[in-house]
Amino acid sequence: MADPRQYQIAVLGSLLVYGMGWLGFDITLARVVLLLSTVITTQALCDSLSGNRTINVKSALISGLSLCLLCRTNHPELAYLAAVITIASKFLIRFRGKHIFNPTNGGLVAMLLLTDQVWVSPGQWGTVASFAFLMACLGALVVNRAARSDVTYAFIGFYSALLFGRSIYVGEPLTIPLHRLESGALLLFTFFMISDPKTTPDSRAGRVLFAALVAFGAWYVQFRLFRTNGLLWSLALWSPAVPIIDRVLPGGRYVWAGAGRAGGAGRAGRAGGAGRAGRAGRAGGGENGGAYEESGGLVGLRSRRRVVGA
Amino acid sequence: MKKVAVWLAFAAVVASSAPSLRAFCGFYISKADTKLFNKASQVVLVRDGDRTVMTMVNDYKGDLKEFAVVIPVPTFLRREQIHVGDKKFVDHLDAYSAPRLVEYFDPDPCRMTMMERLPMAAVAGSPAPRAQDAAGRARSLGVTIDAQYTVGEYDILILSAQQSAGLETWLRENGYKIPAGASSVLASYLRQNMRFFVAKVNLAEQSKLGFSNLRPLQVAYESPKFMLPIRLGTVNADGAQELFVYALTRKGRVETTNYRTVKLPSDMELPVYLKEQGEFAKFYKAMFTRQAEQEGPRPVFLEYAWDMKWCDPCAVNPLSNEELRQLGVFWSEGAAPDVFLTRLHVRYDKANFPEDLVFQETADRANFQGRYVLRHPFLGGDTCPAATAYMRSVTDRREQEARRLASLTGWDLAEIRKRNGLGAGPAPQPAMWWERLWRGR
Repeated sequence: MADPRQYQIAVLGSLLVYGMGWLGFDITLARVVLLLSTVITTQALCDSLSGNRTINVKSALISGLSLCLLCRTNHPELAYLAAVITIASKFLIRFRGKHIFNPTNGGLVAMLLLTDQVWVSPGQWGTVASFAFLMACLGALVVNRAARSDVTYAFIGFYSALLFGRSIYVGEPLTIPLHRLESGALLLFTFFMISDPKTTPDSRAGRVLFAALVAFGAWYVQFRLFRTNGLLWSLALWSPAVPIIDRVLPGGRYVWAGAGRAGGAGRAGRAGGAGRAGRAGRAGGGENGGAYEESGGLVGLRSRRRVVGA
Repeated sequence: MKKVAVWLAFAAVVASSAPSLRAFCGFYISKADTKLFNKASQVVLVRDGDRTVMTMVNDYKGDLKEFAVVIPVPTFLRREQIHVGDKKFVDHLDAYSAPRLVEYFDPDPCRMTMMERLPMAAVAGSPAPRAQDAAGRARSLGVTIDAQYTVGEYDILILSAQQSAGLETWLRENGYKIPAGASSVLASYLRQNMRFFVAKVNLAEQSKLGFSNLRPLQVAYESPKFMLPIRLGTVNADGAQELFVYALTRKGRVETTNYRTVKLPSDMELPVYLKEQGEFAKFYKAMFTRQAEQEGPRPVFLEYAWDMKWCDPCAVNPLSNEELRQLGVFWSEGAAPDVFLTRLHVRYDKANFPEDLVFQETADRANFQGRYVLRHPFLGGDTCPAATAYMRSVTDRREQEARRLASLTGWDLAEIRKRNGLGAGPAPQPAMWWERLWRGR
């Protein structure tokens, strides 16, 4: 099985070309180059400091392309900082060998908190029905290959229920929740951000619970607090709950197919839950059973340490 | 029966043409303001933090007895939060931010001192010349008259209601003509804890004050909701409606979060005949219509985004601190308050704009304006070899201008070509690259 990240890079790259070429995204080619080169150099630096022998270019590119699609600022130095935080957060904010925040989400929310000079334009995609369909199809392709489509479907199910429920309660025509569901920003979040197998709970029950929490949080921010970027705030808010969910509802760790070498089979073993370990094994093709996104010495060491301690 | 005008203002189609103003290299010659559009509403939104001051311009031309307006507002409004403003400030804002036409003159090709593309001098012009037993009945219908005030020439009611049916009945019984279908929209606003601001003209006050036209109503409130309710306006509207939003903020450009905000095509050279009386206005209208139709589903168009301290070229001078204060810029205590103007233009209908406009203020301070350039060729005679090549390039340029205009407006290319001095014949094939290579040398 091919690494789903290649598909993700291709899709995010195509969306960026479409956005810049046809939708007039507020980003220049120079900014794209700055963001992508920063994420890759930061990744290289962090990998090297962690003792990894290979640079995880694919994951860095996914984060970089996502920043190109979402992060807007007039100041190149802030774009640079966003890219550094996005990648560094994967290495610095960790719990039990798993990073807490989806890198792009963490980077964006940190920048929104640190400065008032960064913004995200949820309206930039418009609501072209055919475009939404395209996004959904392409996204589904990615999540299916990443074998964690349940969190995506659960999230969109809960969020749709909240949107329709609210509109029915206040007596709005259903064209309003439908219009909200056609938002390109929502689809991007659903298929490319919350679906990140590295920052979602390990078990299916845990992921469904997580999806429900994020959906409610996003809805609350948008329709009770009347603030923008509810999806981003909510995901960042609930991400620290993932370790707790994993403890209560344990499951097998996700492994990117074809991700590097090292790792040690320890993680799959630790993840316990006999049937669940199979997922890691299947996706990882066995040889790198315990490695995931960072696929390197640091992860492997931690993993082993945990096995010893377990 | 009073007719409820919801966000509606009627404007006559007036093609405006400001006098030519002289400057060094570029000449600002014309602007196309909101008077061009029928059924155009103008709203000024001043916003910082959760504080909003909204100014609504009613260019209502009918019988004043018939006029009434119902606006959903997020909070209760005290008497001091309502003000009657002066339309001239909104007109000034319109003139300042309107799409503009500038012209350049080609230098003599035989004197190779090309001055085109020199920074353009700012051209400064002058500002554009420019009743209580009912309460029981209301209660029985579940309608609460939270307050009633007379402000200027307006009688104003702040209503809340438990049920929209009661509100609709109350409005009908009190002489307001509610369009069919409005009831469900009113209901949905009520469920969202919004109040209704109902204003009608107090004729006695109006004649006492001596104003012939209705002045804009202004309300100041504090709410996290940064939105503009447009749904009532789509209930009974015949066709699409035009809305201009002028957002005055501290940090930067304003955009819609639930619709795409698109920059209007700008900064391009167009046939010089657009300088003729009324032509630029026709161009702007045709271009906007075509762009609105082409960009489907319809977006919100950005027509101007600029720091209020300056402009280049200036259609009129920026607004003074006092004018900004009158429009509600509450932070304008200092000498030069930070005010960033965003002008949004939207043509909305029920199908394309099912939900209210929701805005966000971004940190973007990049300048943008609708600016169209006329470049006059040098007509001083063919006195050197360079002039021959120059005249050929002028023909090429005219052809491109004609094609650009046709594509922007959908107008007939043959007609444009004729008017742009290219003859009535078929368009010539563009010269091959090698023909241009050694031409005129």
